[in-house]
Amino acid sequence: MSLVINDLHVDVLTEDGPKQILKGVNLTINPGEVHAIMGPNGSGKSTLAYAMAGHPKYQMTSGSVTLDGKELNELSVDERARAGLFLAMQYPVEVPGVSVSNFLRTAKTAIDGEAPKVRTWVKEVNQAMGALGLDSSFSGRSLNEGFSGGEKKRAEIVQLQLLNPKYAILDETDSGLDIDALRVVADGVNRYTGQGDRGVLLITHYTRILNYIKPDFVHVYVDGRVVTEGGPELAAKLEETGYDAYIAAARANA
Amino acid sequence: MTITEVPNVAGAIETLESHLHPQPSFDLADHPSPNGREEVWRFTPMRRIAPLLEERANEDREGDPAVAFTLNAPDGVEASTLNRGQAPRGTVLVPGDRPAALADLGCEDALYVRIPANTEVAEPIRLEIEGRDAGRRSNAVHVIVAEPNSKATIVYRHSGSTQQLENIEIDVRDGANLTFVSLQDWADDTLHAAEHTARVGRDATYRHVNVSFGGDVVRMHTNVYYDGPGGSAELFGLYFADAGQHIEHRLFVDHNAPHTKSNIDYRGALQGQDAHAVWIGDVVIRKVAEGIETYESNKNLVLSEGARADSVPNLEIETGEIAGAGHSSTTGRFDDEHLFYLTSRGIDPVEAKRLVVMGFFVDIIRRIGIPDVEERLVAEVERELAASVGAAK
Ligand SMILES: Nc1ncnc2c1ncn2[C@@H]1O[C@H](COP(=O)(O)OP(=O)(O)OP(=O)(O)O)[C@@H](O)[C@H]1O
Ligand SMILES: [Mg+2]
Repeated sequence: MSLVINDLHVDVLTEDGPKQILKGVNLTINPGEVHAIMGPNGSGKSTLAYAMAGHPKYQMTSGSVTLDGKELNELSVDERARAGLFLAMQYPVEVPGVSVSNFLRTAKTAIDGEAPKVRTWVKEVNQAMGALGLDSSFSGRSLNEGFSGGEKKRAEIVQLQLLNPKYAILDETDSGLDIDALRVVADGVNRYTGQGDRGVLLITHYTRILNYIKPDFVHVYVDGRVVTEGGPELAAKLEETGYDAYIAAARANA
Repeated sequence: MTITEVPNVAGAIETLESHLHPQPSFDLADHPSPNGREEVWRFTPMRRIAPLLEERANEDREGDPAVAFTLNAPDGVEASTLNRGQAPRGTVLVPGDRPAALADLGCEDALYVRIPANTEVAEPIRLEIEGRDAGRRSNAVHVIVAEPNSKATIVYRHSGSTQQLENIEIDVRDGANLTFVSLQDWADDTLHAAEHTARVGRDATYRHVNVSFGGDVVRMHTNVYYDGPGGSAELFGLYFADAGQHIEHRLFVDHNAPHTKSNIDYRGALQGQDAHAVWIGDVVIRKVAEGIETYESNKNLVLSEGARADSVPNLEIETGEIAGAGHSSTTGRFDDEHLFYLTSRGIDPVEAKRLVVMGFFVDIIRRIGIPDVEERLVAEVERELAASVGAAK
């Protein structure tokens, strides 16, 4: 039982045809583990996240991702979510006309295979939103429409809490958050991992969030590959040295 | 959603001698057969609508009318008929185009519904209009008078196959409150041209709700003018154009009295090859019409390639002394990013699309404010979406 990424190659579909971004990624996330991925802009972190979630613009060309033994490439986007995968997006999409409350109920029903109990559900939603510092008026608003950058990120974690997937990929959920919001969001993630059997892949640029969410492993990612791995101390080291040495090494190997 | 916003008032056409509303007349000679190049016809598929431009009598047969009308009028409402030229027929509506002139010419006995003064009718008045043959013509004229300080709701439901011309004249007298709902749930082969014209009295409240789902070609005029200050008109519309369907709504509000209000809000979704929606909003503010307020809005949601929405808001202003005037027109696209976001939360693709369209429509339905009507419309929208987008799970 784990989320296993094995020699994954991914192309992004561009107007000029497919372009290879991931060049053999290996990573295993066991239940209960938090993995941080760090790496320079454009190194393919979001590509990894989108490819796993099944975004149509990204194509797995070889290798595999399995979730508790299920081959993700054989599942549609919604089937992956129902299998237990969740992606908190770097740029959550605005969906005009669909209210947050209606969306959450529909998603919960889809994930659980049955509608949530009417009475407890509303309470649960309000509680989750309250915990992330979103007041109940957000329920009636269109999904992500007009939300500030920080509010969108909080709303992603509200969803994480309510949908409670087996594995969560958090793509730069900490970017664009003020210091208080960072703590609120981190608390939300910690409540989720506190269950003990959930796996997290945390994509970030900043060690700041790693003071709140303690990773078990840190992976450094350059040009579509993991170039080094270690424990939390690796993040601290990166803070001092930056990526230059890794980028140079990756170039030399290419 | 990708949204293109049309700029506000400043961008509106502010001409007075508008080509948008030709001189009304009962005389067919004043309405020659259009060739499709006229401003008011340029969006309409002329070849498909040709049968509606011919002079034809009602093609009823013994015991087998072209269209079956079933009126369900609660106590307190009077229903009878009016011959051509018999008042109040022809008081409010003078035909604005050829189909309307033909409707009047071809209808001997107009349906006359009268809501007596000071009467409040709790139950909606319902009229079922069922076409029975796509090859046969029906010419309908209806006269509705809501007498002073009365209050009522009228719900029309059009279904089946036919070629229908329909003039509805609605007199909302001083202090009356009338809600008129017209549901176009026609079969795929129906041709429908309609003119719904209302005169809104002093301090009267009029609400017109168009819901257009079915039909091959549906072309509807909704006109409003006023008979004194203080009148208010809200014109709401929902439509869903499927592959090959042409749905055209033309709205005209003539602010010919001071301190009157109008609000036009139409929303449509389009899906499929050659689904075509046309919305023309035209508001005229006359010199006498000081202190009026008006807003017109049209939003389209394009769900697939191959569908086209034309949306033209016009505002013609003759006085500077207005409380407020504006318009907007947006066309959004339900794209892969919306679909990805919703499905990444476990929602299946069909349900995701339904969710988006439903949300888009419900916004308008909730503004009607009559729970019974709202519930029915929500059910109608759900049924339409189940058929055209895919069933709810
Ligand atoms: N449509 C496209 N056409 C060309 N290149 C693309 C396209 N989409 C993505 N890419 C490229 O793929 C690479 C990886 O992008 P990705 O978003 O995965 O990076 P990232 O590691 O998440 O970066 P950041 O830290 O800035 O979020 C980038 O170089 C990007 O420019
Ligand atoms: Mg990224």
